[in-house]
Amino acid sequence: MFEVVSNEVLAPKVHRLVLKAARVAAARQPGQFVIVRASDQSERIPLTIADADAQAETITIIVQAVGAGTEEIVNTPAGGALRDVAGPLGHPTHLQKWGKVVCVGGGVGTAVLYPLAAAAAKAGNKVTTIIGGRSEPFVILRNELAAFGEVLVTTEDGSLGTKGFVTTVLQELLDDPARRPDAIFAVGPVPMMAAVVKITPKEIPTLVSLNPIMVDGTGMCGGCRVTVGGEVKFACVDGPEFDGHAVDFQELANRQTTYTDHQHCRIGLDKK
Amino acid sequence: MSNDVSPKERLAIERTKMPEQPAEKRVTNFKEVNLGLAEEAAVREAQRCLMCKKRPCVDGCPVAVRIPEFLACVAEGDFAGAAEILLVDNALPCTTGRVCPQEVQCEKFCVRGAKGEAVAVGWLERFVADWAAEHLAPPKPPAKRTGKKVCVVGSGPGGLTAAGELARMGHDVTIFEALHASGGVLRYGIPEFRLPKRIVDREVANLEALGVKIEYNVVVGKTITVSQIMEEFDACFIANGAGLPMFLHIPGENFKGVYSANEYLTRVNLMGAWKGEESRTPVAHGSAAVVFGGGNTAMDAVRTARRLGSDPAVLAYRRSRAEMPARIEEIKHAEEEGIRFDFLVAPVEILGGEDGWVRGVRLQRMELGEPDASGRRRPVPIKGSEFELPADIVVVAVGISANPLLTKACPELKVNKWGNIEADEDGQTSIPGVFAGGDIVRGGATVILAMGDGKNAAQAIDRYLKSK
Ligand SMILES: Cc1cc2nc3c(=O)[nH]c(=O)nc-3n(C[C@H](O)[C@H](O)[C@H](O)COP(=O)(O)OP(=O)(O)OC[C@H]3O[C@@H](n4cnc5c(N)ncnc54)[C@H](O)[C@@H]3O)c2cc1C
Ligand SMILES: Cc1cc2nc3c(=O)[nH]c(=O)nc-3n(C[C@H](O)[C@H](O)[C@H](O)COP(=O)(O)OP(=O)(O)OC[C@H]3O[C@@H](n4cnc5c(N)ncnc54)[C@H](O)[C@@H]3O)c2cc1C
Ligand code: SF4
Ligand code: SF4
Ligand code: FES
Repeated sequence: MFEVVSNEVLAPKVHRLVLKAARVAAARQPGQFVIVRASDQSERIPLTIADADAQAETITIIVQAVGAGTEEIVNTPAGGALRDVAGPLGHPTHLQKWGKVVCVGGGVGTAVLYPLAAAAAKAGNKVTTIIGGRSEPFVILRNELAAFGEVLVTTEDGSLGTKGFVTTVLQELLDDPARRPDAIFAVGPVPMMAAVVKITPKEIPTLVSLNPIMVDGTGMCGGCRVTVGGEVKFACVDGPEFDGHAVDFQELANRQTTYTDHQHCRIGLDKK
Repeated sequence: MSNDVSPKERLAIERTKMPEQPAEKRVTNFKEVNLGLAEEAAVREAQRCLMCKKRPCVDGCPVAVRIPEFLACVAEGDFAGAAEILLVDNALPCTTGRVCPQEVQCEKFCVRGAKGEAVAVGWLERFVADWAAEHLAPPKPPAKRTGKKVCVVGSGPGGLTAAGELARMGHDVTIFEALHASGGVLRYGIPEFRLPKRIVDREVANLEALGVKIEYNVVVGKTITVSQIMEEFDACFIANGAGLPMFLHIPGENFKGVYSANEYLTRVNLMGAWKGEESRTPVAHGSAAVVFGGGNTAMDAVRTARRLGSDPAVLAYRRSRAEMPARIEEIKHAEEEGIRFDFLVAPVEILGGEDGWVRGVRLQRMELGEPDASGRRRPVPIKGSEFELPADIVVVAVGISANPLLTKACPELKVNKWGNIEADEDGQTSIPGVFAGGDIVRGGATVILAMGDGKNAAQAIDRYLKSK
């Protein structure tokens, strides 16, 4: 069992949880994730490690409740416990000093982006973050990200920052020679990442963090396979970060919807 | 009854039949197919054994279970005596009695097989093991402790066996398991209808009674490295299995509804998708299933698809029936369950629909050519023989290879060109105090071979710890 030290609401359905997980905290590097099972009957849910404190033996996760698995996690109060926390999994982020790095986050992708922005800043890059959401309450981690550099906000309804999508603002930076990024990190829903890659010239390294459906997270099942540069990769062990220009987003979007079709995917044996 | 049954009388007894769930019923549930022998049938079957002096059956068993000795006890109705003998050589007999490929091991060499049918060693092993599990008290940790700490990586049959042996020797044993549950392939691969999970639970409970600690969610190579383990422990046994699924690398393999056998079986077994609404884990199912492969894994996948409602459930294999590596009993059971076998066909393409779901497979017929390196005749494609089969579910069960997760994080650990850890007959690897066995050393092998490795390594580790 893994104790929940704290659980706070960041936005509607988005919670930040601090968990006691000594071994994970000691080993974790930016870009890695854990697989969490809230209780004995739960699914295995992959979640990025937003932060870790080896001394305190804790890790931080930021979770958006989208279905039963994530719901159960965000509903575990401080003082409660999660049954399983396995990790840290995946490759750490490849970090170097590029110069100007623009980090683009959409929705809960911002949670995945946060440790990457932190690491990029730590590696000596000048970090600008563009985060977007439907409306003001859905824009998360604004103040936290401000610690690493300028934060630009977009909302679809214009209730905060620029009205429109993150790509609107990114396009402005790309067009401005003084602010043109040397590298881009983009994390969010698949259509957002695809859109970012589409407007980004090939010569700007553009890293995306992919979120296919996973089971074990250790390379055992192949369920997380994605096509990158024409080759099949397992996102849990070969990623989750890949060169955005090489990713087959259409295939990823298709595979992500496998279990939305409950007719096709739930079973009942011995049904009379 | 007793052992003074004359040889002639013994020879006159016919091999017993295993009571099973009727095929039409069992395709609607996940309950065990084989129901187990009744006491009377077991005693009678044991009396068929001729107590051969040369014991060829024992030589056929990878862990040299003293077969005639334990059968003699069964023939006398002394099941406790039989269990005592059996358990010395075999730590998980409830499991091996069910899943060993007996027809190529112990039973293959049984002299009674030459002119008729072999003694049903596997079924008797299962009988005795189940009897013992029900009637004997769980083991107790030995009073004498060595004070040495040993780490076992992986809780598959290899790891469980080593852990049990080491605990009995008085060592302090901790298993690190990557998943949230124990058993390895016994839990996530082999389905409930062949190996009920209560059996795995019981074996693990026995280990815990012996004092073995299991820490779940520890992915060695990620959570902790082998060198860090060696700072915390005096020795280590690595049995992390082979678990990396091979794919076909043909077009269409990433449509929805196409699974590796590992994912398909893990969703159904480990995550309990077979329980339907009771489980939160979904698995795709559909009216037509095609499974590629010819081994136990393919057989488990296709029989699972059948139970989840697919009809036809087709097994498509590149070679012919004679080359199938699956256990004979599974092939027989699959046939009874209405599984369709398509031999000498190879996948060329997986076809998908507009909706992103698989809708069929394109296959090519093969003929058998010259024997290849494995001694099996190599399948050669027949030109112009391509045809299509409809499929809503496709499962790829064409083999596994070594998962590099652990070894990549430990460059000092020598691996061969396939990524399998190099170990000598004691399981000793290139790092002193680090031993390895099971599928990670052998490539995809068998439960009993992994157990044999676990046992050997435990003895070698004990010697190593004494010499330190
Ligand atoms: C490497 C990685 C890191 C992630 N990090 C975070 C994180 O830091 N915070 C966070 O909130 N989420 C993160 N996710 C996404 C998160 O794992 C999914 O939202 C979660 O698995 C959904 O499970 P559920 O049971 O709550 O919903 P379900 O009921 O299973 O699904 C709800 C909906 O989400 C879809 N879905 C299922 N699994 C995924 C998935 N893996 N990715 C996208 N959609 C999915 C389903 O098709 C369905 O439409 C990450 C995913 C990956 C692979
Ligand atoms: C579907 C299927 C059916 C089979 N049927 C039969 C059969 O009928 N008869 C037979 O004899 N054999 C059968 N086999 C083969 C047999 O199951 C294997 O040979 C055997 O399980 C190997 O045992 P093992 O202990 O080496 O590894 P495994 O059983 O693979 O166990 C390895 C364990 O290590 C864990 N692990 C992996 N990596 C790490 C890590 N980095 N850190 C910590 N833990 C880790 C895994 O989660 C797992 O629990 C079958 C295999 C499959 C897949
Ligand atoms: S362990 Fe397997 S091979 Fe050995 S006697 Fe038992 S069933 Fe036969
Ligand atoms: S070979 Fe057959 S008959 Fe002879 S001892 Fe072994 S089991 Fe008995
Ligand atoms: S999640 Fe199973 S291989 Fe990646």
